[in-house]
Amino acid sequence: MVPLSWYLFLSAALFSIGLYGVLARKNVIAILLGIELMLNAANINLVSFWRYGSTAQMGGQVFAIIVFAVAAAEVAVGLALVIAVYRTRKTLTADELDLMKW
Amino acid sequence: MTTETLIWLLPLPPLLAFFVIVLFTNKNKALSHTIAVGAATLSWLGSMVVFVTTLGVEHFGEHVFNSSLNWLPTGDTFLKIGVLIDPLGAVTLFFVAWTILMIFIYSVGYHNFGQPAGEHDRPGLAPHGATVIDEQGHKHAVLSVEPMYSRFFAFIGLFAFGMYTLVISDNLLTMFVGWEIMGLCSYLLIGFWFAKPSARAAGIKAFMTTRVGDVFMLLGIVYLYWATGTLSFREIFRPEVLSDLAETITPIFGLSAAGLIAILLFIGTIGKSAQWPLHIWLPDAMEGPTPVSAMIHAATMVSAGVYAVLRMFPLLTAGWQGHGLTPEMSVVAFIGTFTAIFAATIALAQNDIKKVLAYSTISQLGFMIAALGMGAYVAAAFHLVTHAFFKALLFLGSGSVIHGMEHGVLHTGNHHLDPQDMMNMGGLRKKMPVTFWTFLMGGLALSGFPLVTAGFWSKDEILADAFAHGHWTILITLSLAALMTAFYTMRQITLTFLGEARTQEAEHAHETPWTMTLPLVILAIFAVSYGWVGIPEQFPGLGGLIPNWFHNFVGATLLEHPEAVAFSWIPLGISLVVALGGLGLGWLVYKDHKAGQPDPLQKAIGPLYLFLQNKWFFDEFYNFFVVKPVIWLSAVFTSLWMDKGLIDGILHFIAKTPIWIGDFLRNKFDKPFINEFIGDGTAAVFQKAGHELRYTQTGRIQSYLIVSASFLIVLAAVLAYLFLA
Amino acid sequence: MTAEQIIFFLTAALILVSALMVVTTRNLVHAALWLIATLFGGAVLFATLDAAFLAVVQVVVYIGAIAIMFIFVVMLTRRDLLAKASQTNAGWPWAALVAIGTLAGLVFLSGQMPNAGAQKAALVGDPLVALSTALVSPDAYVLAFEVASIMLLAALVGAVYIANRK
Repeated sequence: MVPLSWYLFLSAALFSIGLYGVLARKNVIAILLGIELMLNAANINLVSFWRYGSTAQMGGQVFAIIVFAVAAAEVAVGLALVIAVYRTRKTLTADELDLMKW
Repeated sequence: MTTETLIWLLPLPPLLAFFVIVLFTNKNKALSHTIAVGAATLSWLGSMVVFVTTLGVEHFGEHVFNSSLNWLPTGDTFLKIGVLIDPLGAVTLFFVAWTILMIFIYSVGYHNFGQPAGEHDRPGLAPHGATVIDEQGHKHAVLSVEPMYSRFFAFIGLFAFGMYTLVISDNLLTMFVGWEIMGLCSYLLIGFWFAKPSARAAGIKAFMTTRVGDVFMLLGIVYLYWATGTLSFREIFRPEVLSDLAETITPIFGLSAAGLIAILLFIGTIGKSAQWPLHIWLPDAMEGPTPVSAMIHAATMVSAGVYAVLRMFPLLTAGWQGHGLTPEMSVVAFIGTFTAIFAATIALAQNDIKKVLAYSTISQLGFMIAALGMGAYVAAAFHLVTHAFFKALLFLGSGSVIHGMEHGVLHTGNHHLDPQDMMNMGGLRKKMPVTFWTFLMGGLALSGFPLVTAGFWSKDEILADAFAHGHWTILITLSLAALMTAFYTMRQITLTFLGEARTQEAEHAHETPWTMTLPLVILAIFAVSYGWVGIPEQFPGLGGLIPNWFHNFVGATLLEHPEAVAFSWIPLGISLVVALGGLGLGWLVYKDHKAGQPDPLQKAIGPLYLFLQNKWFFDEFYNFFVVKPVIWLSAVFTSLWMDKGLIDGILHFIAKTPIWIGDFLRNKFDKPFINEFIGDGTAAVFQKAGHELRYTQTGRIQSYLIVSASFLIVLAAVLAYLFLA
Repeated sequence: MTAEQIIFFLTAALILVSALMVVTTRNLVHAALWLIATLFGGAVLFATLDAAFLAVVQVVVYIGAIAIMFIFVVMLTRRDLLAKASQTNAGWPWAALVAIGTLAGLVFLSGQMPNAGAQKAALVGDPLVALSTALVSPDAYVLAFEVASIMLLAALVGAVYIANRK
């Protein structure tokens, strides 16, 4: 039988990997990919807790669905921004988008 | 209006004149002199009414006019002030009123009222003459009017107030008040022409010298008040009080209290009446205008000194049995006698017409003081009155002469000639007859010309008293002084009026206006006739025809009416010899004196002449031993060393310390530590921090995220440790 | 080792390996494809957890829409398509550190959970019916559902606006 902790560890690992991707990648699209991984980890976490807790309580799944919606919205807006930025700045390297600096 | 009320009012008109002139009419010369002369006339009128009233009172000595008020509350009692007119006061009031009025009228002419203002005249300097162009276009120099005309009348008005106050006062306090007011006016009037340095110096000298006397007088007044609890004459001169004072022995020279007080008060008189050794101010006081010399320094203020001794006579003679002088009386007699002969010798060698008269005044006052020292009350009072009249006359006459000489100086234009030097005069009897005759009468009165002059009667009485009481030294000394008096007086008259004019200026002198000659005439009348009220009863021939009114009247002032001196031919003979001899000698020696010749006296007494001319070098003596040390004390010791050096030094030190502390705090603490270290340092730290830390704002979102994630981990760890452990 | 556990391990391995590849591969298209793999693994996981609806939604929405959108955008921004230089930036050690720290923290906290070793609970009724009822029931989560819809609308409008060539 799979205890809850395995799922939690998994989601933790996925989250960390996503975090690493966000922090360490040059390309902004790669950063957004990392964010997706993190959201996914959150979803796995939520559903695990639903399944290993009170299954009559649908809050867990509903939360996961909302997270889907949020992820979708965020990706949409984010990629739109990426396109807009690419059009004006001709670059997708995060390090080069540093106008708000000292 | 009662007589007492009238007496209270006597000093007020001149005082009001002073205030009105000072405050309102200073610019208007005519109005000022009218107010002043009017005030003097009012006081004169009041004085005459009072005098005539006193004549009508039977036994006036016992029924004097007295009125007093409670003034200062002193514990349970009051210090009273008031007025008193007894016989002495009445005769004094008589001559004071007359001389003051005459001098006020004289001043109008003396200061050339009606003349044009001089072009070079300034207030503070004597008038210099004005240029007048007549119808033909010729320029004449004429006498110019005094620029400070009204001020003069204001001052003499104040002075008259002081003198009247002194005469009518019934207590030492108001007498002293009048005394001091006159001292102030003397200073103001001697230094009237204040732009002249010698006048300023003379004013200060007069004030300082009389001040020395006044300090001792004040000590005497204080001691008297302490001993008796009152300052009122009527209360002090009660027999019980006097004998009590006479019996108390003080530790000072073993004098009785009465004697000590009398000596202290007498020192005031030494100062005021210019007796030796405080005589030095009177000759210098001749710097003032001649009416001032006449009034203050001949007739009234110096007489006030003698008047004070006359008033305090009961105190002076407390304990005197009638034979042999008490110590205090000896002191007084000595001072008077010495002064008489001392001043007479100096007068012999003076060439300035006013200086001769100044020394003459000192000498005659010495006569009066000597008489008082001998106990000759009536003789001293008599000589006081007659002297006031003829000395005022002589001074006013000399002023007239000087004016005449100034006419001559303006005519010739030689401003280097001294119009007061008798050696430049001569023959003025022809040019100034009224002045000559009146001056002659005054001079004869001064010399004691027998029978027809007042001076004869009064001086003779003093010598008779000296003879009768056996004071041989005093008799001989005073006789010698009288001889010298006659000599120098005739010298003066001869050099000035007789013979021929020795200079061009004397040739062109002419008589002065009526405002100046009328007072001379009136005073001459008194100088001649006043003596006849005091003819001794035992005098051969004339005595007994009219009673000796003066002796009876004034003698009644004292508690014990003094007896008349027995008649003797010896003092009369001495009087005649010295008077006529001196006059004759003086005329003989000087009648042919020509211009440029040396004084015959110089040949006669040789080096002694220089000694006399320089006033026995007393001024130089005082200057060296008194004046210079005092100036050193004030300028060097007190001002330079103590005040500037010590006290200012302490203050500067006290000032320097906070300044040093402030500097120290500022430079060693405030600036480096607070300003730089804390203030600038904080700013620098923040600036550096900002300078370094700004690089954290990379603009790169990933670095921001790394930072916030790290912090989040750390925070979570901390919270976990806190809440889960 | 039960079948469940084996399936779990395999799925977990798929997910993790794919995720690692997502964050390390230089070629962005490859990264997007590896993301698809990860998402697929996630769907499988949902299935094992009896959240059938979510598994399907994951495939349809995440893979079918979002991942495809990623590929579209990658295509549209072609310049960086060619992976020449390294795709990790200079601060990657710090990133690694943070990631490991996060992992450690999360693992620790997960271990602290009281029901960490719990087994699956019993299913009550049909999860799908219960889910649909919960989504539209006024007593349940209809508000969240509607708000999410509006948020999607806003995001849609916003994205169109931002990406629009002016």
